[in-house]
Amino acid sequence: MIFPPRFWRYFALFWITVGGLLGMAIGLDNHRDLFETQAPASSASTSTATAAGQSDNVLIEQGHQLLRLGNCMSCHTERGQAAGAGGRAFETPFGKVYSSNITPDSQHGLGTWNANDFWRALHHGKSKDGRLLTPVFPYQHTTLITREDSDAMFDALKTWTPASNDKPIDKPSKTLTWPYGTPVAIAVWRSLFFSPGVYENHPQKSPEWNRGAYIAQGLGHCAACHSERNEWGAIQSVNDFSGGRMPVINWYAPSLTSLKETGLSQQTAQDIAQLLQSGKNDQASTIGPMAEVVQHSTQHWRDNDLLAVATYLKDLAQQASPSAVTTTATKPADTRASAGLSPSAKVLSLGTKIYDDHCAQCHRSQGQGVPGAYPALAQNRAVLLNDPTNLVQSVLYGGYPVVTAHNPRPFGMPPYILTLDDREIAAVLTHLRSQWGNQAAEVTPLQVNRIRSLQGP
Amino acid sequence: MYFVSFFSIKTKYFKRSVSLTWLFASVTLLLSQVALGQGSSFKDDMAERTRACTACHGEQGKAGPDGYYPRLAGKPAGYLYNQLKNFQEGRRHYSLMTRLVDPLSEAYLQEMANYFANLKLAYPPAASPPERVSHRLLNEGQKLALEGDSTRNVPACSTCHGAQLTGIQPNVPGLLGLPLDYLNAQLGAWQTHQRKAAAPDCMSDVVQRLTSEDLVAVATWLSTQNVPPAALPAKQISVPLKAPWRCGSAPELSKAQP
Repeated sequence: MIFPPRFWRYFALFWITVGGLLGMAIGLDNHRDLFETQAPASSASTSTATAAGQSDNVLIEQGHQLLRLGNCMSCHTERGQAAGAGGRAFETPFGKVYSSNITPDSQHGLGTWNANDFWRALHHGKSKDGRLLTPVFPYQHTTLITREDSDAMFDALKTWTPASNDKPIDKPSKTLTWPYGTPVAIAVWRSLFFSPGVYENHPQKSPEWNRGAYIAQGLGHCAACHSERNEWGAIQSVNDFSGGRMPVINWYAPSLTSLKETGLSQQTAQDIAQLLQSGKNDQASTIGPMAEVVQHSTQHWRDNDLLAVATYLKDLAQQASPSAVTTTATKPADTRASAGLSPSAKVLSLGTKIYDDHCAQCHRSQGQGVPGAYPALAQNRAVLLNDPTNLVQSVLYGGYPVVTAHNPRPFGMPPYILTLDDREIAAVLTHLRSQWGNQAAEVTPLQVNRIRSLQGP
Repeated sequence: MYFVSFFSIKTKYFKRSVSLTWLFASVTLLLSQVALGQGSSFKDDMAERTRACTACHGEQGKAGPDGYYPRLAGKPAGYLYNQLKNFQEGRRHYSLMTRLVDPLSEAYLQEMANYFANLKLAYPPAASPPERVSHRLLNEGQKLALEGDSTRNVPACSTCHGAQLTGIQPNVPGLLGLPLDYLNAQLGAWQTHQRKAAAPDCMSDVVQRLTSEDLVAVATWLSTQNVPPAALPAKQISVPLKAPWRCGSAPELSKAQP
């Protein structure tokens, strides 16, 4: 069929119009800050900082507290370099991103910024110069921070020692794989997955619950890890805590609402707060990236903030699994069935031998551990996670629990990456996932190898 | 009759002894079970807390079997602590070490360093020189270690590491009792800036003045020297370092001491 030239003219006109409108819409969407006359009204009850009648010193201290709630320093500090001077690399499936210098250095840091610029970065995800920030900076979350809190954080940042960088930190446009670092790609991503927002108070919930939600969804950016990211690297929503695999660094952040994975619904708010404050409680201890969060952030939180977040998370967990008893009752049946196969006798005997040789000395013959020193493996939720990633990490690299005021001299586990091969690690993990009442799927040498080869010694 | 009575007496004794044995055995069993329940081999001490270290660095930190995990026992506490901090702060690179020390506090790292520093254990005899090592190489190594090279302004190892090369308290390590592989690897790492110390980095300055052949010569000679019996790190440097030499990790070397 041959179309007349007029058709092609209209055809082209149509697509140019569609493309133009779409481009304009994306453009407008990404520059909402230009039309913002005043900051959105904040719900004062959740804010830390309340300007009325506060002296500067109190505000600045509140700002420091907020920076700790957000764990800002942890990402904005490179190993061995000045605090806040940035340069720490974040590997993503789309390439590398280096954190920026947020000290008040006028050349490399935020020295020339004002409170409006800072607010625009947190709320709109845009730099002072108008550059769209990559979502490695968690502005899906920080957009919920109130203007008062943003100002207090900025005031606190200004009191830090300015630190310059030996050489300028590479911008994402240079370090991300093409085309992900281009302004167009970031603009499209933002139109799809980001809109500036405020935390909406739930009037039927307590102020404590709302404070917890404000921290967990906003500054605390819990869902940045505890939520599965889609193929574009976006999380479902800031209040989705259903667990997720952390790409590239290979840890699994367990679901905070699942009874099986973390069981927060069955713990008291005090227990949950204790885990965040001291890195461990009677039921669990933190490892991997969460230990880093405890080290740099949650151990320094104030008690009422810890309890607020604990109250909020516990409530979510209770809503997610209201009939705790029935869930527990059905648990043992499905795991073995879903595993589909039972490990061979050869694997089991190898696993037993490795366990006796390397693990039993600390974790004990019945996987009961040593209270206060070595965790029990029997009926340990971390051992029973469907995804064995964290177990493999622990055996390969060992590690110490994080030192906190409540756990100042922890006991540690040696790395086994040089002593045990993939088959042996798989066998011993399969062993401890099938002993002492534990029922979880077999771990394969391939699963071990994937993590070993990605991380290296 | 006699036989019977003897038998009965014997039985009586036998019974008593059996019951005593049982009592003894059951008490022992009970005690051992109590001990097992609380962890028969678990002691709440630093040896238990440093299992993650001794898994590679050998029992009591006497060095690992393969030559790459150096001895920790008896090294100066300040030196050990500085190394732990170097791993934490990126001046030394070995991801297994970095991951282990990352979550630990300075106070706890210092306690670990003190623990290993206070383990006074005998050293094994030094290795004999590897085959095909020439006398010339060993002599060059010895000369550099004990005399240095004034033409290149290279001080002797013994200037800072003690006349006996057993280190100087609290921050300078001894150089004897270390395997050749480890010495070569470390000197190579200094040369390529993979290993650093706190600035000003005097060790780096020294190594940069030497060639790879020099480093191999020194390492080879050092690895073949026996540790003097009951050798301890020296209390202080005999002649304080003169400007421009300064060491960030051992500032006391430059100070005139009482």
